[in-house]
Order: sequence, then structure tokens, then C-alpha cells
Amino acid sequence: MNAPSSAQPLSSPHAHGARSIGQVMGLVMLALTPATLAGFWQFGWPAILLWMTTLLAAALAEALCMRFAGRRASASLGDGSTLLTGWLLALSLPPWAPWWLGAVGAFFAVIVCKHAFGGLGQNPFNPAMAARVMLLISFPVQMTQWLAPQPILSANAPSLLAAFDIIFGAGMPDAVTSASLLGHVKTEASRGILLAQSLHDIWNPLDFGFGKRTGSLGETSALLLVLGGLFLIVLRVIGPRIPLAFLLGVAAPAALAHGLAPDHYLPPLAHLLSGGVMLGAFFIATDYVTSPTTPMGRWIFGFGCGLLTWIIRSWGAFPEGVAFAVMLMNAATPLIDRYTRPRIFGRGRDGRPLATGPHG
Amino acid sequence: MGANDLPLASRLGRWLHRWGAHPDDHKHPAANTDVAALPLPPRLTLPLAQHIGAPARPEVEVGARVLRGQLLASAQGPISAPIHAPSSGTIAGIVDVPVPHPSGLSGTAILLDTDGLDEAVTMAETDPWTLAPADIARRVAEAGIVGLGGATFPAAVKLSGGQKHKTPTLVLNGGECEPYLSCDDRLMRERPAEVIDGARIILRAIEGRHILIGVEKNKPEAIAALALAAAAFPEVEIVPVPARYPMGSEKQLVSWLTGKEIPAGGLPADIGVVVQNVGTAAAIHRAIRHGEALIRRIVTVSGGAIRTPRNIEVRIGTPLAALIDFCGGTIAPVARWVLGGPMMGLAIDTLDLPIIKGSGGLLALTAAETARPGSAGPCIHCASCASACPIGLMPLEMAAHIRSDDLLGALALGLRDCIGCGTCSYVCPSRIPLVHYFNHAKGELAAQDRAKLRQDAIRQLVDARAARMEQEAREKAEVAARRKAERERAKAEAAAKAAAQAPLSPARPAEETPA
Repeated sequence: MNAPSSAQPLSSPHAHGARSIGQVMGLVMLALTPATLAGFWQFGWPAILLWMTTLLAAALAEALCMRFAGRRASASLGDGSTLLTGWLLALSLPPWAPWWLGAVGAFFAVIVCKHAFGGLGQNPFNPAMAARVMLLISFPVQMTQWLAPQPILSANAPSLLAAFDIIFGAGMPDAVTSASLLGHVKTEASRGILLAQSLHDIWNPLDFGFGKRTGSLGETSALLLVLGGLFLIVLRVIGPRIPLAFLLGVAAPAALAHGLAPDHYLPPLAHLLSGGVMLGAFFIATDYVTSPTTPMGRWIFGFGCGLLTWIIRSWGAFPEGVAFAVMLMNAATPLIDRYTRPRIFGRGRDGRPLATGPHG
Repeated sequence: MGANDLPLASRLGRWLHRWGAHPDDHKHPAANTDVAALPLPPRLTLPLAQHIGAPARPEVEVGARVLRGQLLASAQGPISAPIHAPSSGTIAGIVDVPVPHPSGLSGTAILLDTDGLDEAVTMAETDPWTLAPADIARRVAEAGIVGLGGATFPAAVKLSGGQKHKTPTLVLNGGECEPYLSCDDRLMRERPAEVIDGARIILRAIEGRHILIGVEKNKPEAIAALALAAAAFPEVEIVPVPARYPMGSEKQLVSWLTGKEIPAGGLPADIGVVVQNVGTAAAIHRAIRHGEALIRRIVTVSGGAIRTPRNIEVRIGTPLAALIDFCGGTIAPVARWVLGGPMMGLAIDTLDLPIIKGSGGLLALTAAETARPGSAGPCIHCASCASACPIGLMPLEMAAHIRSDDLLGALALGLRDCIGCGTCSYVCPSRIPLVHYFNHAKGELAAQDRAKLRQDAIRQLVDARAARMEQEAREKAEVAARRKAERERAKAEAAAKAAAQAPLSPARPAEETPA
């Protein structure tokens, strides 16, 4: 290789002023914290145990990979990217899922989705989403066991001891299971029941905004997720293009379809506030490694994620489509980048130098 | 035309593509301290190549006594600049010395031992409005004035070019977007009249119509001073521009002020603009009004390790060590010495170098101020570099191509459009030395181009030789064939003659055929 040596380069610039990778990942985790705490509040001790297990498993998998590669694990764990992967995976699991679901998912995410491709920066697919899809296909029952929120201090919430039994032992008691909005609507539609009827008991925009709904561990508090996302946008950790386009990609076709056939298609707000749309739009689709790098590419990518989510939810076999949509758009990312390169200063869109105009 | 008259599309584009970075400017306290004159050093070192173009040719003998402003070396070729004695004294030698150059190689320089008298040649005061445009350009060339913003392009070449192309606009660059540096700021604050007068002289030389002076908003005192000095001249407009690196880059400033982009591979003249630095304008003012050659400049001495950061007016050729001493020396370990600004300056490992015409700053950076050492991390495709690139390049992709030795791939992505401003490296969270990659690739490509030229030349020679040999062989063969044919014809004729004369006797000998 002819490229510059790793010796301290004396090339300019002689100053540096950016957040390190660790600081960036730390800010993302900070932005996730309110929604995560809300998830802990709604789903209690079992959720906390599952979250911890998943993060631990991710860290363990990272350390193993580093050991195999003969490198120090501390540096790569220190950049926080592995913890973030584990964190995002945990937030997208059913809140009372058994511990091994989180552990298997985390190992798959870190070892297969990240390190098999060459480690940080090399993976084509979002590790958390790829792991979630793998789990959904391999363990469909455990991955779709939802429950209604039972705040941690309420009378019927499980104690810490009971939580150990749920996560590491007997599993989730059948009595508490409850359907998600998207799943419920899909099942009812297959029985020929009109939307207005099937939505009647389950859809309440206010509750959904504040997270009083069934769903994955950390995806339910839509408003807190938006807040965290805005925090990242204000700090310029992420750009506004992907989240905006994602939400637009979901809402626009939903509004159109709902306007044309309100009995068969959910209203746009129900789409935005249910499932993993908010988590996906602000925290998952915005993953640097697997999303486009060009401004125009980010619009296309975000809109594609949103549109595919809506299509899968409306016409697909699965009630929820965020993970599939993000992975499909991940696959398209290199192509999007290639065809949306920005115009170079002093050149036209075709790459030729600008003409020299008349002076004046 | 000011920034407010821009079409909506341009303004929207600016809002959407917020290129650049906002490094800590570190301009104080140097920017708030008056420019001080450095005492004459005992020896001045004057490299012959202080400008872009051919080095100057010495015109003095070793041992000769020279006066301040006297010509020491004359311009050689169309793009070159002469060098004058910054003070009076004796020529001590013309030798190879270390010079400030990225290669770290040495260069030829004239050594001048000063005598402390600082006697000057007689300098003529001239009213520029009595001079023809071409005369102004000639005098600027004779004064050895080069771009003082750092590029050191001979100023007179731009003036003649501007006159030839009828460029209506003069853009004066007072951006000074590099952190730490405040030499232009001090000049604009302390000598605004010189800057404005110099600008008007340039405008006359290019026969232009108006002057736009772009100054970053972080220099309100300079903007106020210039506005006051320019109040009487309607053709001069002071335009405050956002303080954002690299706003002082020629391409960025011109585009910001005029709304027009310099075409790739082109010159500002292509869009009707001549660009000069504010320091160059002041130097032109002194050269035309007072006949003073370019023998001094203002230099910012700063950095966390300097005791008293400040701006100093120094003679060209002054050793760097004298500047550091004047500023009270260092008060902390120096992690890196930099000639110029921290973003595009040159890292140097010795203070045994002279100030040359293009040196605007000398920085002693502490470890905390420099890019913290540590190996580069992997690229996480955050595209911070792409958002920051003022040219709209994709530094991460270019670096990936260069890393896998695909220089042509990097070229196709616009490597040649890179201005080397360093914003991408500055904002990279993984501390990938992107500029280092690009410099490496540019150097490698230049070497390949040179090698290709040489190969082409050799191939042409070889081909020509082969063709020549072939032709010689062909000619030889033709001659041989002709001779053979003639011999045979002669033989046949002789035989025929013999046959005809056979009845007659005696037979005459056959005629000699030419050998």
C-alpha cells in the first residue's frame, strides 16, 4: 500500500475540533435515555433486566471479537458504538422477552452484522435492525408477545424477584399479554372487520403520544423520542433530513390512502405514533454507517424507509415494517450515494467546468 | 453588487449547504495589540524563490554594499518577482540555506549583513492618477509585490491580466479566516487609508468599476475603520461576511460577494474579478505613492506557548528566532511550530528560517492546541467532512479510493478541485488525516504525470528512431534494387548489342556502367 504511513502526519491542519466517536455515541445514548426510562416505568423490572442483559451481551460479544482479532477490547468498547447497538436492539424487543432473546440478538448484531463485515464503519446493515429481523423470523412467538403498560409502582406490576422469574425463568404469564395496535388491526382486517370498529377501543392519540400503549420496550413514548431526536438535531449530531423524510414517507401515503378508503387504511397519526416509527426515524435510520452521506441521498433514504414501512404495514404479511424497511434502504445506500453526489464548486451537475459568462 | 442583491436560489443554496467550520479563533490578545516594529536583525536571509513562479536571478556581487530598496535579484520570466534589500548593508553570500517550503529542502538565498544605518535609495513620490494602467502594473512588478495572503502570486501579473480581460470588479480579501492570525486585521484597523488607496490604485490598473472588500464579521473594528476611510469613494463597498472557515479562500469569498463561482480550473478573471489581499493593496499603495519596494510585512506571532502574542512589522529575511525573542520567548513546551495559520500553515522543525513575503504568522502551539495525537479511527460515514467541504466534495470517498491506491477513482471524485483547506480533517470525529491523504495523492499524481511525460518523450524518440531506421533501410533497399535493375538492363543491352553486332567483328567492349 502506497497510502500515507500511520506516523504522526505533519500535514495541516494543525488543530482539530470535533467530537470523538465516543462523544457522538454518548450523546445519542443520552438522547435515548428519556424514552428508555419511560419504557422502564411502563414495563417495570422485567424490562430493566432485559435491557441490561442485552447491553451486557453486546459488550461481551465485542470483547470476544476483539480478542479473536488480537486487539484490545477497551478501545473499541470505549467508543460506545457497541453499547448503542445493544441499547437500540433492547428498545426494539418485546418488553418482557426472555433473556436469551436479547442475548442471541446482541451476539448476532455484534458478531455477524458488525464484525463479520470488518467492524465499525464497515457493516452494510444496521446491526440492531438486522438482529431484530433475524429474531422476528426465528422466534416469531417470543417476538410478538406484547403487554399493556403496568407502571413499575402500580399494584399489579411484578416485583424485582418476579421480574427475574419472567426474564430468566418461567417467562411471561399469559394473563398479561395484549395485542399491539398494528397487529390487532391486521388480524381484525383479515376477519373482515372494518377499521372504525377495530380501532374503537385501542386507538387514542393522546395515550399513544405519552407511551400508554403496547409495544417494544423503548418505542412507545413517541413524544420523548421526538424530544431526544430534536436534541440530536440541535446539537448537529444528526441532520434533520432523514427523520423528516421518514415521517413524511409514512404520513403522506397514509393520509392519501386514509382519505380515499378510511375503512381500510389507518389514519396517518396512528401510523406515526404506533410501532417503531419514531424510534426508527430519529435513532435507527440516522445511523451514520448504514445511511447515505449526501444531502439528497438522505432525503431519498428517509422517504424510502417511511414509504416501505407504510407499504409493509398496509399490505405485507407482518403488522410492523420499520426494521424491514430500514434494512431494504440500507441495501440501497451505496447506490443512492453514487447517484446523488453533490455538485462540485465551479462545475455543473454533469461535472464539467462552468462556462465563463460575460462580465458585468 | 452586495450580498443582499443575490438571487433567491443562491441564498437558499447558502442556507442549505452550510459549508465550513467554526474553529476557536484564538485571535486575542494579538489582535488587540498595536503592531510593533522589530529592531533590525544583524543578518537577513533572502531566498530567491519567495513567490510562485521562477526564482529571481541575483544581480549583486558578494561583498557589495547595498541600500534599502536596492534591487538584489531580478524577476526571471513572465511569472516571477524581483527581490530588494530590506535594509542597508553588505552582501555576505549567495548560498543554499533551509527555506520555508513543504519539501523541507534548501534553496538559494542572498545573505545581507545589515549595518544599522538603514540608508535607503532615493524613492520617488508619484501621483498614481497621472500613471497609465500599464505603468501601474509595471511599477508593481518592479517593486516585487506578491500576494501577501500566503499564495505569493506576483501581483502585477493579475493586474495586467485584469486590464486585458476588462474585469469590472476588484475583490479585496480581508477575510483572514485562519485562527490566530490577525495581521490583516491590525493592518485594516491601523492603516485603513493605505488599504483603500491601494485598492483604488489597483482598480485604476485593471480599469475596473467597483471594489468589494470582504471582511469577516469578527473584525468589527476593521470594518468600521475601512468604512470610514472609504466614505468618500462610492466605488468602494465594505461587505461584512460571516466568520466561518474558509471564508477567506479566494473561491469562497468571491462567490459569497458576487454570487458567481469561479469555474473549475479557471481564474477569477473568468467571471470578471481580480482578487487581492488587503496587505497586498497596502503594499501597492506604498510602492506607487512612495516608491517603496516590498521589503517588510506584518507577521502575527501567537500560540499558547508564546509569552506575549502580538503583531510585528518585520523586514523580509528576518530569522524566525528574532520574532520569538521579541515576543518574550516561550512559556510552555511547544508541541508544534507552524508558519502560517493552524489550518493550512506549514509545520516547521527549526526556527533557523527567514520570514519571506508570504509569511503571515508564526505559531508556537502547545500540545493542547494541536490536533491531539493518537491513531486515526475507522471512517463511520458520518459525512461531517462532506457537509463541511466548501467545494462540495466527498472527502470520505476520495480517501477510501486513495487508501486502496485508486488514485484515478479519487481524481474522478474531484481530487483536483480540492483546495486543501483542511476543514474535513478538522471536523473528522475519527481524526482521519484526510488532507494528508489528498496531498499524498496529488503528489503521486503529479509524479505520475511527470513520469508519463518522460515516457512519452522517450517513446517518441524510440518511435522516431525506428521510423528513421526503417526509412534508411527502405532507401538502401531501393537504391540496391535500382542498381540491380540498371546492371541487368545494361547487361541485357550489352547482350543485345553483342547479338546485333555478332556478324560484325571485332565486338566493341560494353560501356562502363556506373558503380
